[in-house]
Amino acid sequence: MRPHHRITHPRALHPGAWWLWALGLAAAASRTANPVPLVLIIAVTWFVVSARRGDTPWAASYALFFRLALIVIAIHLVFQTLLSGSTQGTTVLFSLPEIPVPDSFGIQLGGDVTLEALLTAFYVALQLAAIFCCIGAANALGSARQLLRYVPAALYEIGIACVIALTFAPQLAGDARRVRDAARLRGGNRGRVRRLGRLAMPMLEGALERSVELAAAMDSRGYGRTTTTDPRARRTTSLLVVAGSLGTCVGVYGLLAGTADSWLGLPMLLVGAALGVLGIASGGRRTGRTRYRPDPWALPELLVVASGLAAAALMFWQVRVDPGVLVLSSSTAVPPVPLLACLGIALALLPAVLAPPLPIAPARVAR
Amino acid sequence: MIVFDRVSVTYAGAASPVLSEVDLTIPEGEMCLVMGRTGSGKSTLLRAINGLVPHFSGGTLRGTVQVDGRKTSSHRPRDLADVVGFVGQDPLSGFVTDNVEDELAYAMESLGVAPSVMRKRVEETLDLLGLADLRGRPLAQLSGGQQQRVAIGSVLTTHPRVLVLDEPTSALDPLAAEDVLATMQRLVHDLGLTVVLAEHRLERVVQFVDRIVHVPGDGSPVVDGPPATMLAGTPIAPPVVELGRAAGWDPLPLTVRDARRRSVALRAELAVVPPPEHGPRVSGEVLATTRNLVLGYPRRPVLEDVSLTVSAGEVVALMGRNGAGKSTLLRGLVGLHRPQSGTIDSPRAGLVPQVPADLLYAASVRSECEMADRDADAPAGTTRALMDRLTDGIDPDTHPRDLSEGQKLTLALAIVLAQRPALLLLDEPTRGLDYTAKQNLVAILHDLVADGHGVVLATHDVELVAEVATRVVVLADGEVVADGAAREVVVSSPAFAPQVAKIMAPQPWLTARDVASALAASRR
Repeated sequence: MRPHHRITHPRALHPGAWWLWALGLAAAASRTANPVPLVLIIAVTWFVVSARRGDTPWAASYALFFRLALIVIAIHLVFQTLLSGSTQGTTVLFSLPEIPVPDSFGIQLGGDVTLEALLTAFYVALQLAAIFCCIGAANALGSARQLLRYVPAALYEIGIACVIALTFAPQLAGDARRVRDAARLRGGNRGRVRRLGRLAMPMLEGALERSVELAAAMDSRGYGRTTTTDPRARRTTSLLVVAGSLGTCVGVYGLLAGTADSWLGLPMLLVGAALGVLGIASGGRRTGRTRYRPDPWALPELLVVASGLAAAALMFWQVRVDPGVLVLSSSTAVPPVPLLACLGIALALLPAVLAPPLPIAPARVAR
Repeated sequence: MIVFDRVSVTYAGAASPVLSEVDLTIPEGEMCLVMGRTGSGKSTLLRAINGLVPHFSGGTLRGTVQVDGRKTSSHRPRDLADVVGFVGQDPLSGFVTDNVEDELAYAMESLGVAPSVMRKRVEETLDLLGLADLRGRPLAQLSGGQQQRVAIGSVLTTHPRVLVLDEPTSALDPLAAEDVLATMQRLVHDLGLTVVLAEHRLERVVQFVDRIVHVPGDGSPVVDGPPATMLAGTPIAPPVVELGRAAGWDPLPLTVRDARRRSVALRAELAVVPPPEHGPRVSGEVLATTRNLVLGYPRRPVLEDVSLTVSAGEVVALMGRNGAGKSTLLRGLVGLHRPQSGTIDSPRAGLVPQVPADLLYAASVRSECEMADRDADAPAGTTRALMDRLTDGIDPDTHPRDLSEGQKLTLALAIVLAQRPALLLLDEPTRGLDYTAKQNLVAILHDLVADGHGVVLATHDVELVAEVATRVVVLADGEVVADGAAREVVVSSPAFAPQVAKIMAPQPWLTARDVASALAASRR
């Protein structure tokens, strides 16, 4: 057995595997409003991230997403408190002074705040928070940037544009800071609008200069040298890929929303995927580029993906056999435990051991 | 290896050509320096080598440029990627990926090199440039010198025959610059690479190069030749050459080592002459004080416990590595950065930022000056008058972006001076300045000090420090590690000693001009 098939051999897991795993968990989260599986999902992402993240700069992004999730919950609760009033439930927790608003607005400002209303808002927010945590985990374990290395050849141009955009965003923020400081140095402070205009010019000029510089650097390093120049083939490829991704999106939406007509779900997904594969295959043939040190796709990747997909599959199965346990009869009821779904989520915990450990950086050891 | 045959370049919309009738042959294995004023066409010349001019820049190129037998007229830059490696001025803006290894592999991926070959070449390049420890690091976290080495490595992996670099050391501190230049010399010696580079700081590179190409930029022909003869004839020269001229040595020495061996008699002659003082003994009114200053970000202090006093009539040079906290201190003095603890008292300070162009927004120099008057609540015409006093020949209808680096700096300086600061702060003022612009800056600074201003400048430019500084403060790791008269601090430091000090050691001479005037006095 080659070493990269062993789950104990230290190496970085393919970022695609992490993303599929996380998307599986996110799909599971999207199908339930029951806090038990939702909290479990958040716990699973937390545990796996702590077990398998590296010391890369993006590994800290899980904390960022987690904080974002908490903010989402807080915002939901605040708005519920301010806006809902006693429209749901009878258990009044406390009362806020009510501000009269015409009925035609359809909202109520202030008034009684009920436990039921708050709990409902909390559960809805929890679902969003769980999905945030899944994406945060994917980003921390295999950054979006790393993933972009594996964009199929047909989508290479789009991939490289994304990479550059990801680099430019922080640089632009740095530029903005520098220019704002410089504006303060001049002492001019005549209204915000004029300052904004003054900020925009040097920033835009800086960004433009940098993109021209980057284009020159890419050109002198052979970018686009090996692609064939047949525009017809390229157009066909782009058309296929775009149609394919659209189809896939619609299909996934149909599958996850669960409300749409039946043709929108699985069939659309399959057609979309087929078109996409066709496009990628036709585009892949014409490129002369090679790839440096691709991460292997081996047994651990398959196991990680399988565990994520298992979580989604068992959740969907639960929807089919007993959807009642996935929603709450009333928001104050003790949430039931959906066994199948929880089993799936527990399976998604396995990557904490199934994914190979990261090697310790040799430079650190030497020093 | 590189042949220019009657090459003229005219950019679209320009009245006169940037380069006219350039005939130039650079043989294989040479390290060749292109020098000239800013805006003289150095960059155009460099970019013509790999076809960026005119394929990328537009404009018209007459004549032929041939590299390793390939004509740029029929080869686009990407078709020359395996022959010419081109490294632009700012390495960070040329990076496509985000970590060292991927960046090194990028060009090879584009060319479709087989994976096994790629793997081998990346490892070789990591070793060649001493980057092995940094292989997985994000590019944004590297220091300036490391970034520059990665940029060089990223074009070396395609095994080019020619390496073209545009001002590779202008943003680097002296040691990082030496590091990069030593790397390049190794490439020339070990791989037989032909290197062509542009650089303003001649003192850093002259000792390494085999040939100098001078682009005068005023329409007179481009000339080239061996360094000693080229430098004898041009007004711009590194201090070691100026010293050679002052002492009347022939041929002129190019390296500190050469000059040191020749200077035995000179040192004996000057042994009894005390070097002139730089700056006043008595200091004037106190303009800025910091006490136990901690500056930076939560849990990441950049400056720790800095106590400094700056008085009128002083020119204080802040020196130290990239990231030592020089810029942060300046920003603190001008009030852009609130102290974490300690106090800053500098009520009348004005800062010219590292990129002077950040201060310029208007569509013409004229309206820029008018705006500055309003911003500073100064009477109309103040900035314009200041600018005219600092330099002449800036056309008020030019767009500020079209000014040369030196002119931009002067305009920014005038804008800051319009606010009547008593203490003037300059962050890396000589970045991108040619010798003439630098001489102009030195004169301006002397004038300002004579007017009773205080000046603090953060710089890597040891020769500038030797010329103007009365006091040098060395920062390392956020702390002041040396603070004293320029001569005492600079002469004993291996990194910050100017060339003349290295040649004349142990006698504390700082500039060739000092030596020249002392010689004139003693021989009279």
